[in-house]
Amino acid sequence: MSPSWLRELLLGARMALAGGRSGLARATLTAVGVGLGVAMLLAAVSIPHMMQARSDRGAARADQNYGTQVARTDRSTLVGVADMQYRDTSFRGRLVQAEGSQPVLPPGLSALPRPGEMAVSPALARLLVSPEGALLRERLHYPTTALIADEGLQGPGELAFYLGTDTLTADTSGVSRRNAFGDENTSEGLDPVLLLLVVIIFVVLLLPVAMFVASAIRFGGDSRDRRLAGVRLVGADTGMARRIAAGEAMLSALLGIAAGAVMFLAGRSFVGSVELMGISVYPSDVQPDPVLAALIVLAVPAAAVVVTMLSLRRVLIEPLGVVRRGADTPRRLWWRLLMPALGVLLLLPLVGSVSKESEGFSEWQVIGGVCLILLGVATLLPWLVQSVVRRIHGGPVAWQLAVRRLQLDGSMSARAVTGVAVAVAGAIGLQMMFAAVEANYQRFSGQDSTRAQISIAARMPHGWSDAAGFAARLAATPGVTSVTPRSVLSLNLPASPSGEQASAPLTIGECAVLRRLAELGDCADGDVFLVDNPDVPVPAPGATVTLNEEGEGATWTIPSGARTVRPLSDPLNGDTVGLLATPAALPVAIRDRPDLQLQALVTVDAAATDTVDRVTNTRWELDPLGTTWELNPTVVDNKFAQIRRGLFAGAAATLLLIGASLLVVVLEQLRDRRRLLAVLVAFGTRRRTMSWAILWQTAVPVVLGLVLACAAGVGLGAVLLRIIGAPVAIDWAGIGVVSALAGGVILLVTGLSLPVLWRLMRAEGLRTE
Amino acid sequence: MSIGHSFLGLLEGRPRHGYDLKRAYDERFSPGRPLHHGQVYATLSRLLKNGLVVVDGLEPGEGPERKRYAVTDAGITDVQSWLSQPEKPEPYLQSVLYTKVVLALMTGRPADEILDVQRTEHLRLMREVTRRKTGGDLAEQLICDHALFHLEADLRWLELTAARLNELAARVRP
Amino acid sequence: MTEPLLVGTDLFKMYGTTPALRGSSLTVRAGEIVAVMGSSGSGKSTLLHCLAGIVRPDDGTVVYAGRQISAMSDVERSALRRRDFGFVFQFGQLVPELTCVENVALPLRLDGVRRKEAERRSREWLDRLEVGDVAGKLPGQISGGQGQRIAVARALVTEPKVVFADEPTGALDSLNGEKVMQLLGQAARDTGAAVVLVTHEPRVAAYADREVVVRDGASLDLERVA
Ligand SMILES: Nc1ncnc2c1ncn2[C@@H]1O[C@H](COP(=O)(O)OP(=O)(O)O)[C@@H](O)[C@H]1O
Ligand SMILES: [Mg+2]
Repeated sequence: MSPSWLRELLLGARMALAGGRSGLARATLTAVGVGLGVAMLLAAVSIPHMMQARSDRGAARADQNYGTQVARTDRSTLVGVADMQYRDTSFRGRLVQAEGSQPVLPPGLSALPRPGEMAVSPALARLLVSPEGALLRERLHYPTTALIADEGLQGPGELAFYLGTDTLTADTSGVSRRNAFGDENTSEGLDPVLLLLVVIIFVVLLLPVAMFVASAIRFGGDSRDRRLAGVRLVGADTGMARRIAAGEAMLSALLGIAAGAVMFLAGRSFVGSVELMGISVYPSDVQPDPVLAALIVLAVPAAAVVVTMLSLRRVLIEPLGVVRRGADTPRRLWWRLLMPALGVLLLLPLVGSVSKESEGFSEWQVIGGVCLILLGVATLLPWLVQSVVRRIHGGPVAWQLAVRRLQLDGSMSARAVTGVAVAVAGAIGLQMMFAAVEANYQRFSGQDSTRAQISIAARMPHGWSDAAGFAARLAATPGVTSVTPRSVLSLNLPASPSGEQASAPLTIGECAVLRRLAELGDCADGDVFLVDNPDVPVPAPGATVTLNEEGEGATWTIPSGARTVRPLSDPLNGDTVGLLATPAALPVAIRDRPDLQLQALVTVDAAATDTVDRVTNTRWELDPLGTTWELNPTVVDNKFAQIRRGLFAGAAATLLLIGASLLVVVLEQLRDRRRLLAVLVAFGTRRRTMSWAILWQTAVPVVLGLVLACAAGVGLGAVLLRIIGAPVAIDWAGIGVVSALAGGVILLVTGLSLPVLWRLMRAEGLRTE
Repeated sequence: MSIGHSFLGLLEGRPRHGYDLKRAYDERFSPGRPLHHGQVYATLSRLLKNGLVVVDGLEPGEGPERKRYAVTDAGITDVQSWLSQPEKPEPYLQSVLYTKVVLALMTGRPADEILDVQRTEHLRLMREVTRRKTGGDLAEQLICDHALFHLEADLRWLELTAARLNELAARVRP
Repeated sequence: MTEPLLVGTDLFKMYGTTPALRGSSLTVRAGEIVAVMGSSGSGKSTLLHCLAGIVRPDDGTVVYAGRQISAMSDVERSALRRRDFGFVFQFGQLVPELTCVENVALPLRLDGVRRKEAERRSREWLDRLEVGDVAGKLPGQISGGQGQRIAVARALVTEPKVVFADEPTGALDSLNGEKVMQLLGQAARDTGAAVVLVTHEPRVAAYADREVVVRDGASLDLERVA
């Protein structure tokens, strides 16, 4: 770089700050705008590290053996899963018991809690002493003797506890023996379809942010052009003017990066105290990926210079003023179509190649293709706005003012709307993909929540003979209206002639209970029924079956009097299958098996509150290792639900950000026209007329942008659906919601700019400076 | 001196009778202030005496009006030299108005009133001239404009003087 | 003499701590052209804004056709400006994205006249002001003199009772300035509109029937002095 180059760049940088209060305001605005974008980008590139840290800590505390036998040593610790739900939050609970003198410790503990004492996470400790935790306090009434340290938790807001006990045995189901905590490969990775979704979400959310940064760099472009004209007047040539502009842009960008870093750090320290969608994050986990962060720091100033140069291409800066070129030159279409076409070409080879089971895919190809399609929206929109607006004539005064303004300088408004259009196009494409993928990840559970609302599982120490007592305890819980107790065991059927070993469930219960499961007809204690359901074949009466459970393999001969009956639908499992037996029909070895699991369906009084938590409290006393769950017709895969929630939160944030930049553009335009507004007021223009003009002026490009965005979004969605091999279906509801969101942003922007409009529509503007 | 030169210029186009000359002059150069017959006679006889015009024809009767005049070569040369000679710019420093203002200041009378009255009078005249101008043809407009610019110059001087009266007062008062 | 049409009495106006008007009075009769003169910063524009109901004076009254403007609501004053007043400013008054004829038609359309009719009447006025040939052009494509004539046409198209002109020739050379003043004066007399003409140029003021001088925010009605 020659010294004169450097001088001009520095001069530009100084000019960015010169110009008194308005100059400072302009520089601040750009810095804040760029800063917001940079902060969002930094946050985005911090997500990989954040996820990694969370999953590392998750793996470090893994304690499940999944059936693997572990030898007892001096260091053995028994761990029982006691996960539970309180109100809407599910959280992690463990019963722990030392088997030797030096038990291994889960991360975050310095000693195992003694029997009857517990260690809790800070968030749980707070909940337990708060009024909201009253019911939970009844359940976890044990003295808290320690807090779980950060390394044992996923985030600062996580609820978790370790309860010391001495009642666990290694062979109980749900109990694992550990000689060390942690597991290399416990965390499930995302399958390719979900990974594709995540990659696209990132592109769809970050591309508009990047465009927002670009438009923030252009804040104050008009006054900058005027300033450059002044510089030309005192003898700068075109090249010098451009370098001065570049210097200005670079300084704004650097200020923006600094502002972004500050906002990012501020946001990071704040992040520890918020919990979004059940996820809380330690500030120390939020660390930008160094390579990507360096890329941002280099790319933003470079982009600033490029954007400035591009914007100067259409402007002729003459010593006596600024001439805008190309207001009449029609924009060419072909190269604008090139981009989306290239994007589709990039994606087409992937068609049908990504599925839940497939190996993976080229992420860069996907990112490139999606980016090109979405950038196509950005390049096509100015052309579309110009072509359409040129053909509009007539209408009321406000409409005429707006249309004419767009005809004269449509690119300005189009540019501002581009971000919205890109975000909407991406969101629609994603929405389509979601609708298709959702079906795969949403299991239809077959549960009928109208006939029972809660299902309980609890071990009965003395087998079925405890059933009546357990049921009575549950029924006595406030809010409970009925309890239907039963147990289910798995039976090995005699091998079929082809040698296949089949199994079938055996349901134990009183006649009244069994009657709900099948069309029994007559029933007395001692009866056995075979359910005629083609899904699960059952043995003939007189056959001998073996118990297919841990421990001993007790056998049972099905009484010859067993009748075949037709199934009924069960609230928990759908149509009944297998064998049904009344207690007296079974041998004691089976019926009173220790730790036989009670399954109880509970109905509740809809008017009572907190019944689920009260029932859980009762169940906890009966068996801490048991489970309580509410019946739901559908179960959404948890991971999928989180991605979806993430998308909506991100889309809302992105649209708001873009709304902010739109607002700045509108305000800037208004301020530029201050004198004209005052003249219009002088000859009696109503506020209403001007307000409508502003609304139309924003709404027309937005509507055009939305139309284009819908088309591009549907196109993108179609390609994505083909990639995952799903049939193409247009998700009109999704399009409606996303468009409505974007429309809302426009109304918000117009609404926020009106007070400024009204303030400017005063006589002060008539004053000639 | 300019009436003679104007006559010569008018005769350059074609020979004219005396009455014709007077009418043409009145129309072009002095609308609203016609020449006296005596002025016309005196001017024409001076031009004849100097050989700048000759009598070209006679109509029956007496007086210069009856004679037709034509310009001589000497006359054409004379117009030419008159046209090429710049007018001497008039420095109006010793104008009556200045004298009045200074006198007023010296004698302690309100000088700004003199200026205001003068200003009103100037503007009144300007309005009159402007009115004549808007009704007239191009020639009339140009003549009026000349007057207007002069009046405007005076007005500017009046305004400037009004703004600097205090300064002036400090100078002229002993 | 005819009844006064617009009377401003003892007008005071402060901008922050800057006094812009300090007891200014002005009477305008129907159909007359009044020049408001004075050096720059003396308060001419402020006086005009007060008289036209654009700015509310801090003290004093403005009465138009028997109605007190300073007591009217913003909506009433806007309507009054739309119907009874016309405006010509020094520069920057044409809406840059509207063609000349659309600019002239704007006040009519604001008052609810249909577009066709408004543009027909506007064209007549453009012809009258000898700028009919630029009707379809944008303000950025015409000369300053033509622009001011468009502005004059726009001020007169509603056939207002009073036209307020603030330095209408301030940005023009003298020939164009003369032309604009001639056309404005002529058109105003033809339609019987009164004109309040703010200017510091005596030659422009000479188009008026009489003049008022503003000095330091106070106006001096010369006719009464004389
Ligand atoms: N909107 C305003 N805000 C502050 N001061 C103003 C405003 N308008 C006018 N002024 C001040 O009021 C005084 C008179 O202004 P103005 O009426 O525009 O004078 P003129 O038109 O004669 O040049 C000046 O000192 C000017 O600075
Ligand atoms: Mg002014």
